[in-house]
Amino acid sequence: MAAPARRSLGRPIDFERGLVELAHGSGGRAMAQLIEDLFARELSNAWLDARNDHACIDLPAGRLAVSTDSFVVSPLFFPGGDIGSLAVHGTLNDVAMSGARPLHLTAGFIIEAGFPLADLKRIVASMARAAAAAGVSVVTGDTKVVERDQADGLFINTTGFGIVPENLNLSGDRARPGDCVLLSGTLGDHGVAVMSRRSGLEFDTHILSDSAALHDLVRVMVEAAPELRCLRDPTRGGLATTLNEIARQSGVGICIRETELPISAEVAAACELLGLDPLYVANEGKLVAICPPADAERLLGVMRAHPLGARAAWIGEVEADAHHFVRMQTAFGGHRVVDWLSGEQLPRIC
Amino acid sequence: MKYIDEFRDGATARQLARRIRDAVRPDRRYQLMEFCGGHTHAIYRYGVQDLLPDSVRMVHGPGCPVCVLPIGRLDMALELAERPEVILCSYGDMLRVPASGGRSLIQARGRGRDVRMVYSAADALALARAHPDREVVFFAIGFETTTPPTAVAIRAASAEGLENFSVLCNHVLTPAAVANILDSPDAREIGQVPIDGFLGPAHVSIVIGTEAYERFAAGYHKPVVISGFEPLDVMQSIWMLMKQINEGRAEVENQYIRAVTRRGNVKAQEIVAEVFETRREFEWRGLGIVPDSALQIRARFARFDAERRYPLRYVAVADNRACACGSILRGVAQPTDCKLFGRACTPESPMGSCMVSSEGACAAYYQYGRFRSVAAPARV
Repeated sequence: MAAPARRSLGRPIDFERGLVELAHGSGGRAMAQLIEDLFARELSNAWLDARNDHACIDLPAGRLAVSTDSFVVSPLFFPGGDIGSLAVHGTLNDVAMSGARPLHLTAGFIIEAGFPLADLKRIVASMARAAAAAGVSVVTGDTKVVERDQADGLFINTTGFGIVPENLNLSGDRARPGDCVLLSGTLGDHGVAVMSRRSGLEFDTHILSDSAALHDLVRVMVEAAPELRCLRDPTRGGLATTLNEIARQSGVGICIRETELPISAEVAAACELLGLDPLYVANEGKLVAICPPADAERLLGVMRAHPLGARAAWIGEVEADAHHFVRMQTAFGGHRVVDWLSGEQLPRIC
Repeated sequence: MKYIDEFRDGATARQLARRIRDAVRPDRRYQLMEFCGGHTHAIYRYGVQDLLPDSVRMVHGPGCPVCVLPIGRLDMALELAERPEVILCSYGDMLRVPASGGRSLIQARGRGRDVRMVYSAADALALARAHPDREVVFFAIGFETTTPPTAVAIRAASAEGLENFSVLCNHVLTPAAVANILDSPDAREIGQVPIDGFLGPAHVSIVIGTEAYERFAAGYHKPVVISGFEPLDVMQSIWMLMKQINEGRAEVENQYIRAVTRRGNVKAQEIVAEVFETRREFEWRGLGIVPDSALQIRARFARFDAERRYPLRYVAVADNRACACGSILRGVAQPTDCKLFGRACTPESPMGSCMVSSEGACAAYYQYGRFRSVAAPARV
């Protein structure tokens, strides 16, 4: 469906030096122009081009997986990504952890008056690239502008949905004693990359955020191991939080081995300096898989053959434990609890 | 990470564990106090006690600066934070410690008071330069390790003629606390078992040197081994202490030779002596009033002393009666002996100071070791 040609709404928007104004969110001509010249142009697809306040979508049969996420990361641009690509990957991954192939996204923007239009354009373009690369469309959206100092630059909310393949049932309450715990790659890259650009903490590093869409990795995994129990992406709160969530949901304990955890030398060094524990640092392109022991070797092979799982590792096992502890056998030879995160280790990481 | 991983190597740890097992005399127990929270943290985080024989018991000491600060001093900081002209800054852990009436600095910040977390005294000084219209107060805590940077900040403020910077000084002295533990009858003996030796501080000793402990070794006949903070340092130091005990020696030995000397950092000591003088007495949580155990700002730098600049008065506040922080800090109780531990008092809602700082014995035990206090999980 080709979009009909639209008449210009006035003076072209200055995307080099211009700033977002309250009028850009007020429903009038300025807003129409911003939608026309930026959002609709960058994110163009049949549903957006129809210019309705909604999208009507034909869905294949099956169970619908839906997830929503709000992104408040600071700073907005960080090594390896920005809030735009993160808002696409983060929500797609939450949908993908159900085993679903993500189909579409919605996007809501809350922008502070005075925000540079050049930055906004860069972020929307990055979002468009990330969505196109993942094969999904942003089918409907919303823009609000709030007064200066009422939001820190820009917040984005995205909702994603997709269809779960038949007979696949992934859920955090399905881990059973004896199951194996697999991790798709190195820990802590996103959190440390963002931290490295925080004002007051800037340090020189080559660490890039691992922000990536994981649904293709998920596709090959569920094909190889349809008995998979559970997938989850260890974002805020890191691996430690994800494992504690699964242990609680399933009513089990989990024991991991420190020597098996993949952590890059740069991330390990940065964490040492900043006093962070990489187990609690956020990831945006990694997943944890729990599977029956018979599937573990095959699943690990399939993960390692995929570009997003090249450093996948078998990190531990599920065990019976009425207290639902997550424990770790330390490289040193002892054991310790891997507890829930207490307090806030790194605020506003996604 | 070169020079870090080597000190956490599992194979070396197993070798050391064997040596420690071999050193055990079947007829005796070894009760060793690690003075520093840094050691407590390492012991739990790396599971060091899993590698120790049953007859070697580690007792946690009072070397956690957040833990030993009495509530009354925290109340003084809160009083300052209430003043609209003040930016109160301190280290991160300090913001969460409960003061009297269930208040805390982080709560004050939630109510709109200007309370900020800083990483060093220099950050606080930078804040003062950046906000000439406000009064910046640095809530300074810590043992001899953090004292020199505070002294440097005060000296710099004086040299620059900075009018809007002051320090609420709570710096305390390690040797005074060790002496207090050795002098107090209940702390010297845990049940019927006395403390046999001390694992001495790592970073503190870089500043004060091993010399500072010689009088304990000689006067109280207790061996001291200055130990680094990495888990292998701790293991090696435990073995060195056991050897001394077996041989009936009571000397100051230095395991942390890569950083600590006998005299310590003389330049840092001089700067501290220029800016600070000993307080006649200071209250410690757990230890009570300890003479000559803390520092105050010298009269020459009085205008940078928040206690002289503002009408502040210290009012002692008793700990919650059920809270065992006091006994834990003296080494006479374990975290699990406390009725509140893990129930009313957790890292999310700490009641006592030992649950706040990651160097506190309760927090370290809760975070890393509490699976030990419940039945071992069934293996499948």
